[in-house]
Amino acid sequence: ATLKDGLRSQVSAALKEGRVTPTELCRRCLALIKSTKFLNAYITVAEETALKQAEESEERYKRGQPLGILDGIPIAVKDNFNTAGIETTCASNMLKGYISPYNATVVQKLLDQGAVLLGKTNLDEFAMGSGSTDGVFGPVRNPWSYSKQYKEKSVPKSHSEDEESNWVITGGSSGGSAAAVSSFTCFAALGSDTGGSTRNPAAHCGVVGLKPTYGLISRHGLIPLVNSMDVPGILTRCVDDAAVLLGSLAGHDPKDSTTIQDDFKPFELPNLTDVSKLSIGIPKEYHAPGLSSEILALWSKAADLFKNAGAKVVEVSLPHTRYSIVCYHVLCTAEVASNMARFDGLEYGHRSDTKESTESMYAATRREGFNDVVRGRILSGNYFLLKQNYEKYFVKAQKVRRLIANDFVKVFRSGVDILLTPTTLSVAAPYMEFIQEDNRTRSAQDDILTQAANMAGLPAINVPTALSERGLPVGLQFIGRSFQEKQLLTVAKWFEKQVQFPMIQLEEVKRHDNGVFQHQQSASFS
Amino acid sequence: LAPWIPVVGLEIHAQISSNSKLFSGSQVQFAAPPNSLVSFFDASLPGTLPVLNRRCVEAAVMTGLALNCSINKKSLFDRKHYFYADLPAGYQITQQRVPIAVNGSLSYSLCIDNKMSQMVTKTVRIKQIQLEQDSGKSLHDDTRSQTLVDLNRAGVGLMEVVMEPDMCCGEEAAAAVRELQLILQTLGSSQAVMAEGQLRVDANVSVHHRGEPYGVRTEVKNINSIRFLAKAVDYEIQRQIEELENGGTILNETRAFDSKLGCTVPMRDKEGKQDYRFMPEPNLPPLILYDAKSLPANMNHQQVINIDWIHERLPDLPRVKREKLVEQYGILPEHSFTLLNEDGLAEFFESVVKQTQMKPKKVIGWILNDLLSYLKQHSLTVKESPVSSFLLADLLNLLEKKEISSTAAKRVLAELWKGEGKTPLEIVKEQKLELLQDQKELEQICQAVIDGQENEVIMMVLG
Repeated sequence: ATLKDGLRSQVSAALKEGRVTPTELCRRCLALIKSTKFLNAYITVAEETALKQAEESEERYKRGQPLGILDGIPIAVKDNFNTAGIETTCASNMLKGYISPYNATVVQKLLDQGAVLLGKTNLDEFAMGSGSTDGVFGPVRNPWSYSKQYKEKSVPKSHSEDEESNWVITGGSSGGSAAAVSSFTCFAALGSDTGGSTRNPAAHCGVVGLKPTYGLISRHGLIPLVNSMDVPGILTRCVDDAAVLLGSLAGHDPKDSTTIQDDFKPFELPNLTDVSKLSIGIPKEYHAPGLSSEILALWSKAADLFKNAGAKVVEVSLPHTRYSIVCYHVLCTAEVASNMARFDGLEYGHRSDTKESTESMYAATRREGFNDVVRGRILSGNYFLLKQNYEKYFVKAQKVRRLIANDFVKVFRSGVDILLTPTTLSVAAPYMEFIQEDNRTRSAQDDILTQAANMAGLPAINVPTALSERGLPVGLQFIGRSFQEKQLLTVAKWFEKQVQFPMIQLEEVKRHDNGVFQHQQSASFS
Repeated sequence: LAPWIPVVGLEIHAQISSNSKLFSGSQVQFAAPPNSLVSFFDASLPGTLPVLNRRCVEAAVMTGLALNCSINKKSLFDRKHYFYADLPAGYQITQQRVPIAVNGSLSYSLCIDNKMSQMVTKTVRIKQIQLEQDSGKSLHDDTRSQTLVDLNRAGVGLMEVVMEPDMCCGEEAAAAVRELQLILQTLGSSQAVMAEGQLRVDANVSVHHRGEPYGVRTEVKNINSIRFLAKAVDYEIQRQIEELENGGTILNETRAFDSKLGCTVPMRDKEGKQDYRFMPEPNLPPLILYDAKSLPANMNHQQVINIDWIHERLPDLPRVKREKLVEQYGILPEHSFTLLNEDGLAEFFESVVKQTQMKPKKVIGWILNDLLSYLKQHSLTVKESPVSSFLLADLLNLLEKKEISSTAAKRVLAELWKGEGKTPLEIVKEQKLELLQDQKELEQICQAVIDGQENEVIMMVLG
């Protein structure tokens, strides 16, 4: 088995049959993390505890009593999930050194099933951003920057320029998790998705990024950005693996009152062959200003793919899409202002040395602990929540949110099963270019295609589709009906099979993965 | 000078009597070691979420029903933001938009002119009851320039009961709060002991002339007993009247009652009006309550609250208990008030009545005049009474059977208070207090007295 194998199809079997052991897998991943350190995907590597978990898993396999498919599987977790005994920083000075006493429910579930927690991945500070460039531990680099495919296609502007300054961003805010999965240092990673933070980096890093329906997976232990929109996100290398992770995480949590009560039944994805009964909707508003011609062409080709396979493909309209960014801005900043109020330096986290008064301690602590982006959103949010502004902004935004959600309801009621859209406006930008604009501008631009699904609480998934002319991944997004993840993933899996997205060719990975290579024939979709 | 009309409204916070807090599982307990009852959620650790405590909702529904409120079948939770050391999350979860109960009333009684025989019933409207979190406690240590924070109380469930400004003086406010206290204790929804902080009262006071709009009101805080409530309200009314009559104005401010000086003083300024930036609490769905009609068929019984079910199981409220006492025992209404006002006294009375042939109308005198005044003199509760209901009943039986006079009975009672374990009969024998029934013996004694006082007898006969 190799680091590139699918969980259900190959790795699990290999572990059961003893062809590879959990400790071997763990060591390979840890070694690869070390040699890909320049990606800056991990904030904390929990080497000791990971090896211990791997050893325990190995014992279980020896006794023939593995806990399930995830037993012994190395995974990574975005650093805004609480992990007991392992630092949780949210890439912020406010929580540097903070060791939580409890595990987030999703982390606990993974551990209970024997998964091996390799470490915590890098992100934009408090998950605010679309580049994974604004955390205190520095930006995350997209592994594709170092891929054969990208290097072949990129022309250095001058001989003094090298990879160092040419590297591209991962997207965000779950960039560390996306990079970790993309570079094979783990089999799956947890991200979070509030406005696209799992799907965006998934698209840029060429991996599968699933945003589940709001209320399906527990948020207990996920440090919140926007409580009414946040969901834990799943990043994997194939759709089948995403289904495995979903099955192990979904379900009611009494500790999270926003999870639905209904029983969740984990499912295996059927191998869809006949799409003639499917109706695919193409929302015209997602042909947004700034959409690159390359991505537009791929989107169009994908629509044709479905049509030629017998599916019904129709143009639909989600008329309130263009209001989603401002609406999101109001609601997001308002909740941020509220959620960040607890960071006062008293109970945990950073506390300023100022001794003049409690008030001055609060002010200094929060100025020192938060970056500009966080402080900016807090100020905006407090403004919108002022008594004289509440109706004008917050309540109005709630109403607009309802309209946005209703757009989807109408479209799905008209017979459409799944929506097909681009995930991003363009491929990953070079870091030097990306930082020319501020976080707010970038977020407003990059969230446009992913944000509405969070407003409406709908499930959505990025499926890596093809490489751009410059050798960088392009992904397309499928949006499904509430709680219809099975249908969504089934269609996504079919599409994945059709496009045969090429495997990233990384030197580092070649060196560490001496197992049998599973060569995926890239059926040049582009 | 035109008479002033004082207007008094009250905001009462009653701590809910429950095992655990409103949104977390940590224990509720008075005077525990600092920070020993704090869950991750109470400490506002990032990533923790509120989970509503069913018992607290039931307590609020019970209280709402007892106060004749409409129970809102759908109510909402909100965040109220401000920074303070005893508020770890930087916001309190409360019910600002739609509280759990609205539009109720509370009837209470007062004595006119301090005469127990003239009682009048008044009513105050209850604006609403809302569920909210209590804050922690902070102690300021000025000598060391530090603030000590204890989060034991942070997150404990509170019912905020808002009484409309239908009261006019300290006495009314005190009587209304006393009645509310009795109701809460009868329901068990709050132990409502002011000394333990389980019942906190803030008064809103203003004065105006008839026909004119209401005056500017002040809020009076730091009131630690019902007695002080009456004092604080009356002081504030007087202060406002004097201020206005001297040509001054009343500021819309918060004042603290200083119990030592018996006056209200402006509280340290909170920098003008606070904007609490209310926002819906996104982690709690709307609270839905059901009644018999709306209860869905196959709902998990654990997950729903049926208002009608709670209504059917409400205990007799104080008003009803008093009426029953009057009806059953033929005592006066004001007697029933006193009986219920003292913890355990009604039960003591009923116990004595059961064990004696003396009519309840006569027993009540012994309870209210003799027993109660003795207890008050020695600052004892009914529970701590050295004279049990058994002993008292025993004594009253002797009186009823005419074996002793009522004067003698009082002497026996005085002896019983010593709590030396003697029975009434033993004391009667010891002190030779038996009533003589024998006619002949009585004549002999009288004759002996007359014989011994010849001069006085002659004087009397002569007129």
